[in-house]
Amino acid sequence: MVQHPATKPVLFAVALVPFTVLTLGVVQHSLGPNPAETLIRSLGDWTLRFLCLTLAVTPLRQWTGVATLARLRRMLGLFTAFYATLHFTAYAVFDMGLVWSDIVRDVAKRPFILVGTAAFLLLLPLAATSFNRAIRWLGGARWQRLHRVVYAIALLAILHFFWMRAGKRNFGEVAVYAAILGVLLGWRLYKKAAGARYFMKLGSHSAKG
Amino acid sequence: MLLLKDRGFVHPIASEITPEPVFRSRRRWLATAGALAALGPAVAWPQGTPKGAPLSANRSSVPGAITMERQTAFNDATSYNNYYEFGTDKSDPAEHAHTLKTRPWTVAIEGEVKKPLTLGIDDLLKLAPMEERVYRLRCVEGWSMVIPWIGHSLSELIRRAEPTGNAKYLQFVTLADRAQMPGLRSSVLDWPYLEGLRIDEAMHPLSLLSFGMYGQVLPNQNGAPLRLVVPWKYGFKSGKSLVKIRFVEQQPATSWSLAAPEEYGFYSNVNPKVDHPRWSQATERRIGEGDLFAKKRPTLMFNGYEAQVGQLYAGMDLKKFF
Repeated sequence: MVQHPATKPVLFAVALVPFTVLTLGVVQHSLGPNPAETLIRSLGDWTLRFLCLTLAVTPLRQWTGVATLARLRRMLGLFTAFYATLHFTAYAVFDMGLVWSDIVRDVAKRPFILVGTAAFLLLLPLAATSFNRAIRWLGGARWQRLHRVVYAIALLAILHFFWMRAGKRNFGEVAVYAAILGVLLGWRLYKKAAGARYFMKLGSHSAKG
Repeated sequence: MLLLKDRGFVHPIASEITPEPVFRSRRRWLATAGALAALGPAVAWPQGTPKGAPLSANRSSVPGAITMERQTAFNDATSYNNYYEFGTDKSDPAEHAHTLKTRPWTVAIEGEVKKPLTLGIDDLLKLAPMEERVYRLRCVEGWSMVIPWIGHSLSELIRRAEPTGNAKYLQFVTLADRAQMPGLRSSVLDWPYLEGLRIDEAMHPLSLLSFGMYGQVLPNQNGAPLRLVVPWKYGFKSGKSLVKIRFVEQQPATSWSLAAPEEYGFYSNVNPKVDHPRWSQATERRIGEGDLFAKKRPTLMFNGYEAQVGQLYAGMDLKKFF
């Protein structure tokens, strides 16, 4: 099914649904009494959701054995960057009135903004090196090392969300996303540790042999 | 302006007052937007509440009690609320507060008073003539509204209770009933929600015991059947659905400073110079003012009530007592 030629276009269209709904909300003035807040927060939510989806691709591929799932990873990653860019832009325009001196001061002053901005800036080089020529140019190993930055981005993103909700002690949703990211990142650590054990065993066997 | 007695309110700049035709056209435009919103369930918001029972009142003569600024639309003031007992989203209270039973209702007055008493809601309503007061409301989150409240000064009730010489503070206890309030299942705060004032703050004529808004009794999501409104403090200081007022000698516990003492102090006066640890308090977004691109407005010291309440804090370090 993943290999079906329509899979990618369908995923592309589905990934644009939140953007379309929010755009309609702006046009129809139906984003509630505080449209700026609704817009900024919804875009943040969708960034986090796409980040989780992107990070879910590899574990899902390993659990299900459907190798072709990897085909969808790049598009999901780019949609994460797409919503992150809109989230940051909406903050800069609607919360800060695009006054750059205010933005710089705000980033420096508020840890949760600093952390969110750092996550966004780290995401940019990953989005910029997502096309095939960039991968070839960097070489697979270097490209992979660079793209491991996504794990740091995930930690920064969840910290950003946690701090944002900390003042009102409203941690329900934060816990859900933290649990999802915990499983997705924890699985990778587990695999790595298991792999290391395997190779160590292999090493000791060969020494005997 | 020269003909008016200065009652101490901050006069708005003339250009800030919206001409009536413009105001009316905005109203029509809002109605259209509302109708469109109702069509799109994916982004629909509660479009206000049915009209409640009318509550008549005379214009207040308390200095500073009536701002001339444009009032927030009823639908906005009743659909964008923080009332955690009904959920943490600002749309939750309008959705869930219909389960609140506001009658019969009593408020117990206890502690350092000569006359501990329990008053029914009808006695409280009759305690003093109803006044309409148009206050700015500044939320600690950085948004603001202008709301026409109805009620009388809290001082009317305090005088009735005859506080003793030991009564230095008031603690306000609000309703916490799991059967009526779905939000109590979450542990965001320790329930019941507690608030407090120093007695001189509570005695200030601007401290309002409110029973209504926009010419009608309080909608449930706004704190029915009676709530506090302390306009120079962040909104969370104004407890909703009050059930008990305790007169005490020591500064009482308040819910938000128990939950996050480094972020929310006992005083919580609106102060553009003292930032919240995680965001600036220098500006605010006035709900319903302009479109998405509207500039935020500067936040005023004591929410613009400095002339009336500044002397309460003379000599105090407001950075320390935030």
